[in-house]
Amino acid sequence: MDHDTSFTNQTFKTVGTRVNRPDGVDKVTGRARYGADATAPGQLVGLFLRSPHAHAKITKLDVSKAEKIKGVKAVITSADLPDRFGGKGGQYDTLVNCMARDRVLYDGHAVAAVAAIDHATARKALKAIKVSYEVLPHVTDVDEAMAPGAPVVNENVFTSGMDPRPTKPSNVSRISTFGHGDVDVGFAEADVIIEKSFKTEQTHQGYIEPHACLASVGPDGSADLWVTTQGHFTFRTMCSALLGMDMAKLKVTSSEIGGGFGGKTHVWVEPIALALSRKANRPVKVVMTRDEVFRATGPTCSTSMDIKIGAKRDGTITAAQSILRYQNGAFPATWAMMGAMTSFACYDLKNCKSVGYDVLCNRPKVAAYRAPSAPMAAFGVESVVDMVAAEIGMDPVEFRIKNAAKEGTRASYGPTYGPIGIGPTLEAVKNHPHMKAPLGPNQGRGMACGFWFNFGGQTCVDINIGTDGTINLTLGTVDVGGARASMSLICAEELGIPYEQVKANVADTSTLGHNDTTEGSRGTFSSGMATIFAAREAITELKSRAAKMWGIPVEAVEWSEGSATAVGDEHSNLADLSLAEIAAASPGTGGPIAGHNEVVADGAGVSFASHICDVEVDPETGGTKVLRYTVVQDAGKAIHPDYVEGQFQGGAAQGIGWALNEEYIYGDDGRLQNAGFLDYRIPVCSDLPFIDTEILEIPNPNHPYGIRGVGETSIVPPLAAIGNAVSNAAGVRMDHVPMSPPRILKALDDAGQ
Amino acid sequence: MRYEAPNTTKEAAKLLAKEKGAAFVLAGGTDLLVRMKAGMTEPDLVVDIKHIPAMQEIKTTASGFKIGAVVSGATLGENKKLKKAWPGVVEAANLIGSDQIQGRCTMVGNLCNASPAADSVPAMIAAGAKAAVVGPNGRRTVAVENIATGPGSTSLAKGEVIESISLPKRPTKSGDAYLRFIPRTEMDIAVVSAGVNLTLEKGVIKTARVALGAVAPTALLVEDAAKAIIGTKLDDEALDALAAACSAACNPIDDKRGTVEYRTRVAGVLAKRAANIAFERAGGKK
Amino acid sequence: MSSVHVSTTINGDPVEFACPADESLLDSLRDRVGLTGSKEGCGTGDCGACSITLNGRLVCSCLVLGAEANGQEIGTVEGLHANGELHPLQQQFINNAALQCGICTPGFLVAAKALLDRNPDPDEEEIRYALAGNLCRCTGYDKIVRAVQAAAKQMRK
Repeated sequence: MDHDTSFTNQTFKTVGTRVNRPDGVDKVTGRARYGADATAPGQLVGLFLRSPHAHAKITKLDVSKAEKIKGVKAVITSADLPDRFGGKGGQYDTLVNCMARDRVLYDGHAVAAVAAIDHATARKALKAIKVSYEVLPHVTDVDEAMAPGAPVVNENVFTSGMDPRPTKPSNVSRISTFGHGDVDVGFAEADVIIEKSFKTEQTHQGYIEPHACLASVGPDGSADLWVTTQGHFTFRTMCSALLGMDMAKLKVTSSEIGGGFGGKTHVWVEPIALALSRKANRPVKVVMTRDEVFRATGPTCSTSMDIKIGAKRDGTITAAQSILRYQNGAFPATWAMMGAMTSFACYDLKNCKSVGYDVLCNRPKVAAYRAPSAPMAAFGVESVVDMVAAEIGMDPVEFRIKNAAKEGTRASYGPTYGPIGIGPTLEAVKNHPHMKAPLGPNQGRGMACGFWFNFGGQTCVDINIGTDGTINLTLGTVDVGGARASMSLICAEELGIPYEQVKANVADTSTLGHNDTTEGSRGTFSSGMATIFAAREAITELKSRAAKMWGIPVEAVEWSEGSATAVGDEHSNLADLSLAEIAAASPGTGGPIAGHNEVVADGAGVSFASHICDVEVDPETGGTKVLRYTVVQDAGKAIHPDYVEGQFQGGAAQGIGWALNEEYIYGDDGRLQNAGFLDYRIPVCSDLPFIDTEILEIPNPNHPYGIRGVGETSIVPPLAAIGNAVSNAAGVRMDHVPMSPPRILKALDDAGQ
Repeated sequence: MRYEAPNTTKEAAKLLAKEKGAAFVLAGGTDLLVRMKAGMTEPDLVVDIKHIPAMQEIKTTASGFKIGAVVSGATLGENKKLKKAWPGVVEAANLIGSDQIQGRCTMVGNLCNASPAADSVPAMIAAGAKAAVVGPNGRRTVAVENIATGPGSTSLAKGEVIESISLPKRPTKSGDAYLRFIPRTEMDIAVVSAGVNLTLEKGVIKTARVALGAVAPTALLVEDAAKAIIGTKLDDEALDALAAACSAACNPIDDKRGTVEYRTRVAGVLAKRAANIAFERAGGKK
Repeated sequence: MSSVHVSTTINGDPVEFACPADESLLDSLRDRVGLTGSKEGCGTGDCGACSITLNGRLVCSCLVLGAEANGQEIGTVEGLHANGELHPLQQQFINNAALQCGICTPGFLVAAKALLDRNPDPDEEEIRYALAGNLCRCTGYDKIVRAVQAAAKQMRK
């Protein structure tokens, strides 16, 4: 793991060491408090009534009997939630998704909610709500939703990205196109063209902690929301808008989060919990059941796609094209657009074209899932890349190396790359001992690449120095995987003090300025940047205090290894002043010493990965076992290597589950059949081997430490890595994810094996 | 809902018989509480049978083993004598879920929940296990294959409860085995499963019982499959005939866990593999 | 709904509470006794986040009625550390970065302890199958298995 010191001119003392995380003891003792772990005096239980139909008009909704039950303190329907948005736009969609208005759009769509003194009474209240539906035709498959005559999910959606603007509503909410050059010319130049279609089924982020919150609204309109979330500031914005509350009066506190992966960047039950509390005048606790989480939060898209790649016999790709169809659930979004952007991002292409169709279906509103939209496109593209390599008789790694994007490449989605890691990860894979390990009968090896953009975004950080020299580091970015540790390392590094002297915590929304959601792998990058600048501001103040204490000009003061040093021969008699000494004197030199930074962090670096996977396929059952897995990914600069490895391994495990077993199964009635962990099959401990990792560091020139986001890219390659491994193990090319045993056995049968 | 914890089987049967509302037996709770959570079952009365001494033990008797109804999978797995005599039955029971589930689940609960995919049932059927049923009108003995009548329903009358399962005495040169197919390595309901029990005489299969799970509304005892291997040393021809008989007996459904064609195919594959293991355990040599 | 009075022992201490007859032990622990370390991830015994020991046996507390705790002995994650010192498993989980979001950690610790109590020297496969009832979505299980191996080694000394 070599950090390019010539780039940042830094060797690190604290950053890069493997320290224990500050939240660790609370988490291993059960003291840490998550969304469902808070209580308030007089709190009520909030429960939801949800649609059993995929698409229906609500013809009757009568809550009067429920309201009269003893112990029921409030019932909420859309009648309690005025439309402040003129019936359209993103916030209107959020409002409708939180509580259906005139029609229900998917199995599980909320229709009403109750708050009662206990669970039994709340259940009784739900039963007493009279609701009638007129069932409408539904559509849950992305291709069926695009076919002529498909039931229209939303009469107010017209395809954008078409010219002239269409007059009839459509389930296609958007068409996006990316690319450069001329693919027709490129394909004409190719010696070999492979064209194939693929399908991927819908998956869920699968965090183990269901959504939960405790909402408490006072009679003056001030409110407290304790909630498990990836972005408490974002939740404040969403909830206050939906409910017509002043932002500053809604204090949102982020609990510890039990997993998010993008699924907790959006509100689902929280605005309704607040509405219930406001109506009941008492705190209301809402905890989603696992069934509700699957049916009524934000899974990722199911997709259908056509991939076409042409190459010359010497291995040069001459043209690449992806046509992607992604279903977004019942509300318009831009997930296919993101897929189109990422399709060919790993490659240096003269001619490329990606088209994304964003499609509505009667399914839940899709939310981000770790590198959203990239894994599906990568499944198709990386499978076809292997097929092209095989067709021209070239080693799949060499083929990718030959066509890999590099510094100066014009990316398929537009920008020109700076220094990037795809080439180095491929070289590392080529030379990795995993590639040389022997394989037994029915075993095969596959590899694949992946890409993810990283985001910057709004961030602020406070550093407050106690008079004993210990530091409170106040962050606004929710800690999903170790940020408190990483930020503490960065703060300690900048100040030149031991890690143990820094205590990081995540502030609530009334204590700090807006921080964007922890998503897009932006946490370490943005908060890191803000922490560095806040620390440097604190150092400026520390030096000024030291100068005052010494009575010398501030220009003669330097900061080094946690102390102020007086430079110049005339000051050689002055002993260094440590941070603690300056802090102890601060009441007399100007008061508390702090550093603050608000930044819209810019210049996030892109992150590339290459994975290697060995599988064994049982030819009589189609059962597939993952034998060995290696992740090679570029982190820019690994602040805490253990946590970077953890992100690599976690993303790979999710990708493996997606590749082999995870899928939403809908019946012909449009209802979700497997809304639980029994039949929505995520990997268990015995399903996986140890996951080897190799961290590369190609610094991001736009960050003081070279940091790149790492949390997402590792979910992108596994689908194709496994597809390619299965192809090499069993001799069949899988085009439908998950590659479950019945699908593999059928493929073997169809291939005549 | 009311909760009762009687101390005798008779008392339990009486409570169940006289309850006017919905009454359920609570042993391990690993099916009942799941159904309650899903809102599928709303008991008026739950009868906890774990405090009944007659149901708590594994007894070795002259005629075999008697396993009390509340003996957990974990306890079964720790019983060396039972494991030695009936490795197939024990491994089947030990496949009902994780270690946490094993700490509570029971074979009798597994049987009475009457899922077509219940793991312990094909192995029990192959073993020739019998259930001791106690009701308001006294006791009766029922072959395990006659307990489940369809998904979620049993032949037990109101007020009847199973007190124990008996496994017959084991002749020498016997072996049994249970295999199931699941997409992961653990934690799944069986997509298809096979239990094979056989006894050898002079190296040749003398008696055999073959049962399949998850391929019909109840677990199936497949007599044609047994016939296919009796009198053989389990050569390839016999194995193919076994697989064919198993596939022919299948009457599965398409559901979220598997398709008709998949289950039918893999039933034969598993029966062959289970037969080979049982044969080896019986001391058979090919 | 009838209420049941329960007298039980939790982590060695006598505890009494009253709960509805149909309440799960998980809910009783969290809502009546205030021990929120055990978590509900699914409520149906599929995730292990609610793992406790009942008379020394590893079980899912979401599949036990609160009423059934009467007269029994319960062990939760809160009982793992003693005399202000973390249990070797807890320390090794921290040392090996075996937790990220931490929601599954209490369940894993209780399950891992149950494993090491009956098998002090498990191999990798035994560890993985013993922990198959505990779902983790963050770590891919790699560092969890390593932490259990490290704790087992430490405890065998």
